[in-house]
Amino acid sequence: MASRRRVGRLEGGTPSIQPPGRQRYAFFMVSTVIFFLFAGLAIACAISMVYHKNPLYSAISLVGVFIALSCIYVTLAAPFIAAVQILIYAGAIMVLVVFVIMLLNLDDDKPLNRLRYLYALGGGLGLLLLVQTFFIFYAVMRAPNQSADQSMSAGKTLTIGQAMYTEYLLPVEIVGVLLLMAVIGAVILARKLSQPQLELVVDKELDLRNEDDGMLN
Amino acid sequence: MESVLKTAFPYLVISVGVLLAFQGVLMIVAYTVLAERKVLGWIQGRIGPNRVGPWGVLQPFADLLKFIFKEDIVPDKSTRFVYFLAPMVALTCALLPIVVYPFGPAITSVDWTFLPYGLGDGVTALPLTIARIDVGVLFVLGITSVGVYGIALAGWSSNNKYSLMGGLRSSAQLISYELAMGASVIGAVMLAGTLDLNGIIYAQIQSPFRWFIIPQFIGFVVFLIAAFAETNRVPFDLPEAETELVAGFHTEYSALKFALFFMAEYVNMFTVSVMCTVLFLGGWYIPGLSHIFEVGSIPYALASHIGFIGKICAFLFLFIWIRGTLPRFRFDQLMNFGWKFLLPVALANVILTIVVVYFLN
Repeated sequence: MASRRRVGRLEGGTPSIQPPGRQRYAFFMVSTVIFFLFAGLAIACAISMVYHKNPLYSAISLVGVFIALSCIYVTLAAPFIAAVQILIYAGAIMVLVVFVIMLLNLDDDKPLNRLRYLYALGGGLGLLLLVQTFFIFYAVMRAPNQSADQSMSAGKTLTIGQAMYTEYLLPVEIVGVLLLMAVIGAVILARKLSQPQLELVVDKELDLRNEDDGMLN
Repeated sequence: MESVLKTAFPYLVISVGVLLAFQGVLMIVAYTVLAERKVLGWIQGRIGPNRVGPWGVLQPFADLLKFIFKEDIVPDKSTRFVYFLAPMVALTCALLPIVVYPFGPAITSVDWTFLPYGLGDGVTALPLTIARIDVGVLFVLGITSVGVYGIALAGWSSNNKYSLMGGLRSSAQLISYELAMGASVIGAVMLAGTLDLNGIIYAQIQSPFRWFIIPQFIGFVVFLIAAFAETNRVPFDLPEAETELVAGFHTEYSALKFALFFMAEYVNMFTVSVMCTVLFLGGWYIPGLSHIFEVGSIPYALASHIGFIGKICAFLFLFIWIRGTLPRFRFDQLMNFGWKFLLPVALANVILTIVVVYFLN
């Protein structure tokens, strides 16, 4: 019993690495430097992703973008989003993309002249994105000043979990059903053969295997 | 000057901690390699390395020197940039999780006010963790999953059939067993109610079982099997099955680049051992130790730390023992086992834990 009480005291006394007051300025300074470092990395990787002709290089660059973004999330006191960003996008989705590129062995010298009419569309969309960015910037400037601080609970796992399973339960369930549909669709697409056809293929395979065994013996 | 020092001090402390932790882990890894050769030798009725230093204790350093001075061969038709990138990615992703490991309990008994310039003011505890992240478990799983790129890219860029086969096999294996591993972790995380590694240890101390291996035995077994697959160890060492694929994804790598892959593999073994210890064996917590030493004192922290390392070493021994005992899976057996047995069992464990936790609360 005594040990349990002592443990409780220890748990309550978790250290805070960041003292208030004067050192907050230092923290702000360092986090700004880190932000520009990773923002620059993200932009560099994004440009490299668009400009590389080899799809594998593009994929690797995209992984770089994801990792840089997740580092920025960490500095914004949202560790859960950062971890999920790495776990899902960099760790799962892009691995599959790289896998497919490696298996397909694409030619890297394809003429791009058919895509010329898309340049105007791309320019328009880029302009739209720029306007949107300025709008967000304007909105943030007008909002009451609130710095991203380690004590903020918005990015914490507990807050996200509570929000997801109480307030936003319906969207989460709908997304779950949507993903299930995608999985089932993928399985159906992958199994193009009807059942009798499939059995035929399996029988042929087995015959071949038996022949091989016979030759070996 | 004083204010600069005061500003830089926390970062300095963290840097020293990072250096110490990385050095310590790499030393353990170096001696794991020696232990593996020794134990395999004993299992097979041999002596093992015994020439460099007494009992062969200097063998890891001799190996390292050999790796450094060997000729570094780059295949002619390889994709050079990716070929150089792959070992770096592998080792970086293996080493990064070290920053969240809970190496021991916080030291609270020391009064830090003796430090000059008032550097110790307001510091109540010295945590034996470099970074306390709210989502330690996810961080470790995420970073190790990025490590797949090292292997996949190495296989692809070498321009060698065996390498490509090894890389593809390894990627498929890692993706498949990652799911089972993630699902097996959920049970322990749910019982603890947190994703923070230190928080999970404290939750275990306060639970009636002390160690989560008792209520989460299924999760523990699934995690251990998935850990063998994730680290490409026997019986799941298909990516580098030397009887079929020469050496798998690192066939074309030599000298220090090969050493980086080699180190990454052993650091990954260390990582999964740490995760297993923290999630299921109470991390640094040794039952009854708080009756001998006062909680928060330096001897308590030291003894707990030694206990933590001891548990990890037990797991590392298990890895070596299994390698000397079991044969290798076939690839279809590996996939069937992962998807049709391990994952359903892990999911069933999750549902069982949900029901139990719901009715207990």
